[in-house]
Amino acid sequence: MYTWHWEQIPQYFPLIGAATLRTLQISVVSIVLGSFLGAVAGLMRVQPLRPVRFLAASYVELLRNIPLMLVLYLIYFGLGAFFPVSPFWAAVIGLSVFEGAYVAEIVRAGIESVDRGQMEAARSLGMSWFQSMRHVIVPQAVRRSLPPLTGQFVSLVKDSSLASLVSYEELMLVGRQINSRIFSPFEVFLTIGAIYFVICLTLSLLSRWQEARLARP
Amino acid sequence: MVSIRGASRRFSGGHYGVRGITLDVERGETLVIMGPSGSGKSTLLRCVNGLETLDEGEIIIDGIHVNHETTDWNKVREEVGMVFQGFHLFPNRTALENLTLPQTVVRRRPAGEAKAVAKGLLDRVGLGGKESRFPAELSGGEKQRVAIARALAMNPKIMLFDEPTSALDPEMILEVLEVMRDLAREGMTMLVVTHEIGFAREVAQRAVFLDEGLLVEAGTALDLIDRPETARCRAFMQRILRRPGAGGESVGPGGASENRWT
Repeated sequence: MYTWHWEQIPQYFPLIGAATLRTLQISVVSIVLGSFLGAVAGLMRVQPLRPVRFLAASYVELLRNIPLMLVLYLIYFGLGAFFPVSPFWAAVIGLSVFEGAYVAEIVRAGIESVDRGQMEAARSLGMSWFQSMRHVIVPQAVRRSLPPLTGQFVSLVKDSSLASLVSYEELMLVGRQINSRIFSPFEVFLTIGAIYFVICLTLSLLSRWQEARLARP
Repeated sequence: MVSIRGASRRFSGGHYGVRGITLDVERGETLVIMGPSGSGKSTLLRCVNGLETLDEGEIIIDGIHVNHETTDWNKVREEVGMVFQGFHLFPNRTALENLTLPQTVVRRRPAGEAKAVAKGLLDRVGLGGKESRFPAELSGGEKQRVAIARALAMNPKIMLFDEPTSALDPEMILEVLEVMRDLAREGMTMLVVTHEIGFAREVAQRAVFLDEGLLVEAGTALDLIDRPETARCRAFMQRILRRPGAGGESVGPGGASENRWT
């Protein structure tokens, strides 16, 4: 029979709070960097120069077909052998590069979903390829990409738990540490699960609000 | 103004969009391009502003050769406006913003000036008061008039129309053709792909008939429509004149004003 020891949890609140902040920290930084990487790679995949397209496609396919854990290990232990890589940067770089590949696909799909006529109209008005992208195509693509992007960001927050494997003291790692002291897995991991849930749900709600705000006719 | 010399455009698979077409359009002239679907009408038009590139031949616009590798197409396109069958308005921008965006981005006009130009043009195409509507809130005819105004906002020297009324309900065709007629009367150089016989008769000085990428016949608009010389062109004209509502047989040039356009 499992005996509940919820009373054991509150004493770890400061520890859990600090870990939550660290999870948020790597998540936010990785979302920003990953989005930037993904936007660049996504645009590279739709621009006219073949070698550039190939480069971006290679990045996307390579990263999408290996486990995130392996990427993290390569950076932390692999690159770490040549110069010191802190757990924070190993986690952030790994997450950004990995999620960037998925964001690139979302960006590409979003851009390709915009009617070809939009680009032709913009070009026929004298806009360059870049101007057409910036002022005509991307604003329409972003609106359509928001739901899948949110999904990707939620994924990233959850994937950030893997940063525990490169000894970054985020929620997952701290959860494991606490559990090894008090042996109450349900209490500890349900608490941590609730925190992940609240973070991810907030993200989804934020994006739904943003979507409604952008929904002009 | 526009000089097309031996223009050919091949598509993948080896078949031609247009084959060795030569024709000239004078300043202030309206040329109508006719032909069955797949005859290369649109391709020819799209070659003029570089949406398609020529495989052979050359196009000279206002003295500038535009088929060379070094052609700055963005510059050429500033001088050549294009109106599409499917309007292609920017759906996330209002009618006014559709007109101001290219002006501020390409012509670098200050926002106030761009807005004034846009308002003036929307008034001119009969859309005063609808500046803040989004494309989805406009009828087909209104959308196409916004598209025409948007092209005009760039002060082009030449206007290309690619089947501008083919996607419209019949009752909206007239309002678009009227805008185009006014434009032609003001001296705009226009290349128009259309099957609107009434428009061709009244507005166009010249017409060409394309089939399978070849220029089959060229002449004055009236001759081409009413007295085609080649069998292919004659057969085509008979088909579209017999179309219900084409009004070709009964209404001559300047005929009953009620349906002179239809």
